[in-house]
Amino acid sequence: MTLDEQLDRTPDAQVPTYTPAGPPRPSADELRARIPGWGVDLDPADRPSVPKLQLDPGRTGAHWDFPERQQEEPPRERSIEHRFLTPVFGTAQPTRGLSGAIRKLAYARWSDAQTAHWLALIAADRVDVVEGFVGSILSGHPDNLLAETGIRAELTGDGLRSRTGDGRTDWKHQWMDPFVVAAPWVLAGAGAVAAVRRLLR
Amino acid sequence: MRAMVYRGPYRIRVEEKDRPRIEHPNDAIVKVQLAAICGSDLHLYHGMMPDTRVGHTFGHEFIGIVDEVGSSVQSLQVGDRVMVPFNVFCGSCWFCARGLCHNVNPNATAVGGIYGYSHTTGGYDGGQAEYVRVPFADVGPSLIPDWMSDEDAVLCTDALATAYFGAQLGEIVEGDTVVVFGAGPIGIFAAKSSWLMGAGRVIVVDHLDHRLEKARTFAQAETLNFTEYADIVVEMKKQTDYLGADVAIDAVGAEADGNLLMHVTSAKLKLQGGSPVALNWAIDSVRKGGTISVMGAYGPLFSAVKFGDALNKGLTLRMNQCPVKRQWPRLFEHIRNGYLKPSEIVTHRVPLEHIGEAYHMFSAKLDGCIKPLIVPDAA
Repeated sequence: MTLDEQLDRTPDAQVPTYTPAGPPRPSADELRARIPGWGVDLDPADRPSVPKLQLDPGRTGAHWDFPERQQEEPPRERSIEHRFLTPVFGTAQPTRGLSGAIRKLAYARWSDAQTAHWLALIAADRVDVVEGFVGSILSGHPDNLLAETGIRAELTGDGLRSRTGDGRTDWKHQWMDPFVVAAPWVLAGAGAVAAVRRLLR
Repeated sequence: MRAMVYRGPYRIRVEEKDRPRIEHPNDAIVKVQLAAICGSDLHLYHGMMPDTRVGHTFGHEFIGIVDEVGSSVQSLQVGDRVMVPFNVFCGSCWFCARGLCHNVNPNATAVGGIYGYSHTTGGYDGGQAEYVRVPFADVGPSLIPDWMSDEDAVLCTDALATAYFGAQLGEIVEGDTVVVFGAGPIGIFAAKSSWLMGAGRVIVVDHLDHRLEKARTFAQAETLNFTEYADIVVEMKKQTDYLGADVAIDAVGAEADGNLLMHVTSAKLKLQGGSPVALNWAIDSVRKGGTISVMGAYGPLFSAVKFGDALNKGLTLRMNQCPVKRQWPRLFEHIRNGYLKPSEIVTHRVPLEHIGEAYHMFSAKLDGCIKPLIVPDAA
């Protein structure tokens, strides 16, 4: 009998959710027998994240109240919601070029709370991609779109069967992915064409 | 050294980069033995996370051998085999008491520091490389127990810990019905963890049959493929005698399928911080007065979340980036006792040099991929 048929046969007044009884619950013994480890963390007070506040500096390994400061070289952008540059920070990929200028503006001008802050950073990301593409050509290590997209996995990972053999729904939008990849080039190309046309007029 | 680097949306490559150096007296340099690709790495890979810079090395799930330590490091020595939580944290600030360090991410106050997760989380290169800089070496990394395998250890650095934490945020009590949206690694582990906390029923929802199969075999969960139902929320009500689940766990996050408009406006057009489909299903599937635990990752922009329903149903919404290290002692017990065997969800082991194909395979869900690991020196 399907679930729908079961539900149809239950008189309205006996549907437990609509009575004080509520739905039946399986017994602990049955669950313990079926599921290895069932209930070993049953006590809510005895779970690692309870209580939420658990500061014990003696146990974290920290031997400082305020950490020694990491040297700042070159100047590091920071959120204006911070009073100062955090004592430790990542130094990967310092800002550079036009994308760097946009990023510096985004951090200097708008707080994390402002949509403009995030939209400027997303715009900088797209500019960075174009700069990276040009830079890769100039450096002698040009981008290889086929290799970088990992498209070979369509062959090694059985792309066709993977998409047709599952009850999946993401095929509805996966066709858009190449356009997302190509968008910075298309936009940059269109901009370059427009700029050249304007100069020639 | 060899390292994965981001080149733009859907494009990465392996490059020669400078080996990281000690930049703070409490830094360590770790030679990576094993790394993983996380579902949340795909948000970076797809260009969804603001301030993801060309040249950035992803990877917040990794283990390795200590290769060098700074002058103030006391607890680690060169040669130690360590696991590193995905969070960078100082261990002493007011926020650290809440698992939310404030001393490591200058780029934002809305999120802490995370390895290899854009400059929005601090600008730290990640572990999908041969070497990685590990700040606060006396606080973050732990020695891997001798009895623990590399694969179990690397899955404790995020996926298992986050899922176990997510089940805790669900405040599960004995007999609760828990519905988990998403049958990726976090969802599967969250389903398994829910049993440990006394759940009476665990139901996992996804659209990928091979992942639902893993949810059944690994986590003993009931499963629903949402593409088989006109309205998954109505089905959830039927499944629970029209009560609704007691607890819902969102283990999907920013790229949820199930509503094309929501997916495209977020994952493709970046007009939302994330597709709220799974979160909205969670809000509507849970019973009045129920609890929702959000473990799926979302970006910092707004999303079209149905807060009206959450308010009117009197729901409790709990969420956080997982304080990973706090989970470890108990997780180690559970692994040693055989209640959890995280490495059973690993489906692919890929040399670093082929990481581009691994990302495409994971992103496009090819070849039954559930959890790919990256081996830096497989050659």
